[in-house]
Amino acid sequence: MDPVFLSRLQFAAATMFHFLFVPLTLGLSVLVAYMEVRYARTGDETYLRMTKFWGKLFLLNFAVGVVTGITLEFQFGTNWSVYSAYVGDIFGSLLAIEASVAFFLESTLIGVWIFGWKKLSRMAHAVVMCLVAAASNLSALWILIANGWMQEPVGYVYRNGRAELNDFAAVVFNKFAILEFFHTVPASFLLSAFFVMGISAYHLLKKQHVEFFSRSFKIGLVVGLVSSIWVVVEGDQHAVHVTQVQPAKLAAMEALWDTQSRAPIALLALPDEKNERNAVEIGTIPGVLSFLGYHDVNAEVKGLKDFPRQDRPPVLLTFISFRIMVALGMLFPLLTIIGMFLKNRLVESPWYLKLMVAAIPLPYIATQAGWVLAEVGRQPWIVYGLMRTTDASSPLAGYQVMATLAAFIVVYGFLGAVGYYLIGRNAIKGPESVQTA
Amino acid sequence: MLLQSIWFFLWGLLWAVFFITDGFDMGIGTLLPFLGKSEEDKRVMINSMGPLWDGNQVWLITAGGVTFAAFPLVYAVMFSSLYTALMLILFTLILRGVSFEFRSKVESPAARGFWDTCLFIGSVAPAILFGVAFANIFKGLPLDANHLFHGNLLTLLNPYGLAGGVLFLLFFLVHGALWLAIRSEGDLHDRAVKTANVLWPVLLVVAVVFLLYSAKATKLYQIYINHPVLFLVILATVAGLFGIKVFLGKQSYFKAWFSSALLIAGATFYGVIGLFPSLLPSSMNAEYSLTAFNASSSPLTLKIMLIVVLMFIPVVLVYQIWAYNLFKTKVSQEDLDLEEAY
Repeated sequence: MDPVFLSRLQFAAATMFHFLFVPLTLGLSVLVAYMEVRYARTGDETYLRMTKFWGKLFLLNFAVGVVTGITLEFQFGTNWSVYSAYVGDIFGSLLAIEASVAFFLESTLIGVWIFGWKKLSRMAHAVVMCLVAAASNLSALWILIANGWMQEPVGYVYRNGRAELNDFAAVVFNKFAILEFFHTVPASFLLSAFFVMGISAYHLLKKQHVEFFSRSFKIGLVVGLVSSIWVVVEGDQHAVHVTQVQPAKLAAMEALWDTQSRAPIALLALPDEKNERNAVEIGTIPGVLSFLGYHDVNAEVKGLKDFPRQDRPPVLLTFISFRIMVALGMLFPLLTIIGMFLKNRLVESPWYLKLMVAAIPLPYIATQAGWVLAEVGRQPWIVYGLMRTTDASSPLAGYQVMATLAAFIVVYGFLGAVGYYLIGRNAIKGPESVQTA
Repeated sequence: MLLQSIWFFLWGLLWAVFFITDGFDMGIGTLLPFLGKSEEDKRVMINSMGPLWDGNQVWLITAGGVTFAAFPLVYAVMFSSLYTALMLILFTLILRGVSFEFRSKVESPAARGFWDTCLFIGSVAPAILFGVAFANIFKGLPLDANHLFHGNLLTLLNPYGLAGGVLFLLFFLVHGALWLAIRSEGDLHDRAVKTANVLWPVLLVVAVVFLLYSAKATKLYQIYINHPVLFLVILATVAGLFGIKVFLGKQSYFKAWFSSALLIAGATFYGVIGLFPSLLPSSMNAEYSLTAFNASSSPLTLKIMLIVVLMFIPVVLVYQIWAYNLFKTKVSQEDLDLEEAY
């Protein structure tokens, strides 16, 4: 079996799995910190119970997130050694900074939070969780600067047979990275908000701990509303930038084959890559793509045929993941706006509560789709325009990667199942499952 | 050249701190089935490292990250060459990590037993494998002119490599037993102390054997012979080793643990200094070795990274020492009764 293809699958499996847990860490840490600060300031016992209940779910999620992240740090070296040697001058630094600046703070302080209840004052303990939240979001910043560099390499010069750093500020303030950060973090907050709202809705449907879960729901609601709208608005900005710097990705994500002005979008399409056309196109609306990409209906958008075949990303996967992400991305603000109208009579609106329970997995699907778009859409490049993925892998034997790929799938699958089982069981048990004495 | 040498030293330092910190976690995890006679014992052992293990583990992430940042070619060659061994380390560490959180959340003794086994495997396997990996680096790896590794996992399990594995395991067992002695009371405490006392002579013998074996299997001593002042490093290491024994006798367990830390740091530096300037010596031909001078990042990157670590690592040390200070107390019933405790 081809070790390059297996390494791709392995990296995809490892990262996608890790990203099941990361968004909830980023967002729920902030929510729990907020609850605990409210408790520290007011002494209101309900806030303490909320901190402990949501905190328990946070810790279970955090544990799986941390361990699945460790492998990623090393997987660039294990399976993509040629890439590592080629871009390490820039990319390696960003990872090292992420560890020094953020991971240390996050991991050291979470231990203090778990065990320090009696050793620190109420407010000091709350501040510890605030710092955990800040640190995890800071780590997101650095890894997105790293990914942003892969999407739009800046601040480097080709020297000594590799990319060498030329301008650190250019790398750190890379527009692509900033746009990714301000898209991924709100998306993570959105996921966390829907997690809290969905679990709260479950208990409200059963009319259990109504005060507790109404309060929780409303916190989730505000965060969900703001972040879901932000994600859409900023996402538009992000797409405009992608149009500029990754035109092949843009063409693929819209399955646009022919360069044209007043370029249309198709709501649904079935790309036929061999014949460079769409076998099926449904709901074509002229001009919309030009508008989305350039905010100008008459702008010319490059089609896939303008790029050599070997420079085009896989069209179907890029197109579908984009559609899934956007469709869900439009649904989330709608659900939260409805919530704003119903927030004071949640228990009397069981249809809405049921909807919100069912909605829990949706942000998970949306965020995964977003990353598939980002990474598959970047192909065939591992660094856009600079290095091809097929040239970047380690000199490994097929059987070696086959074995570790299988191990990833089995071990991660098992851990994920146990993790979600424990999260689910504790979520269902509700605040009775935590003592606060 | 100076910049690269500084980074070589920092690289060694990060690995040393990882071994000093996560070393006792791996030690206690390995001792879990042996010293953890009752559920209470097990909980005390696990919670003795509970607040600190995650922060400790980040030193590994940082050591890896810094290898990538400062010596990208070494990062690339080391991790792809030692593929299977590294993947084994990573997977076993994964098992350890989740076991902390999961074992207290499951009710049935069988389920708990399963996660305890995972914690054990996730402690003993990395401990041995790190020793195997580093011993092989000391010895030199079969790397050709294109940095291709001519071997596999079995290549690494040669006698010197295995000796390194046993040595590291003993380091961490003693280190872990001492930390446990600090944080436990009563019968468990006594058994921890006894473990340290029983293992110390074994450690002494293995350490001596390893030191002698290194003279035969590696070129580590060359730099010491050329710069005899460096023998002070070996002296400090030996002082650490004997310090453990002395302070155990005086029942000064904090001092014994610090001696153990000195031993581990000294041993790491003994190896790292002996390697200088190579990071991955080639056993095929010295010309093919990856060194701090032929495998580093650009001067700009090294400079920026130096500023970053000089700014942030001291900060990390401050809050980690603060955390250690908070949690150097005996593990109490109150600690175990915490909702979130392991």
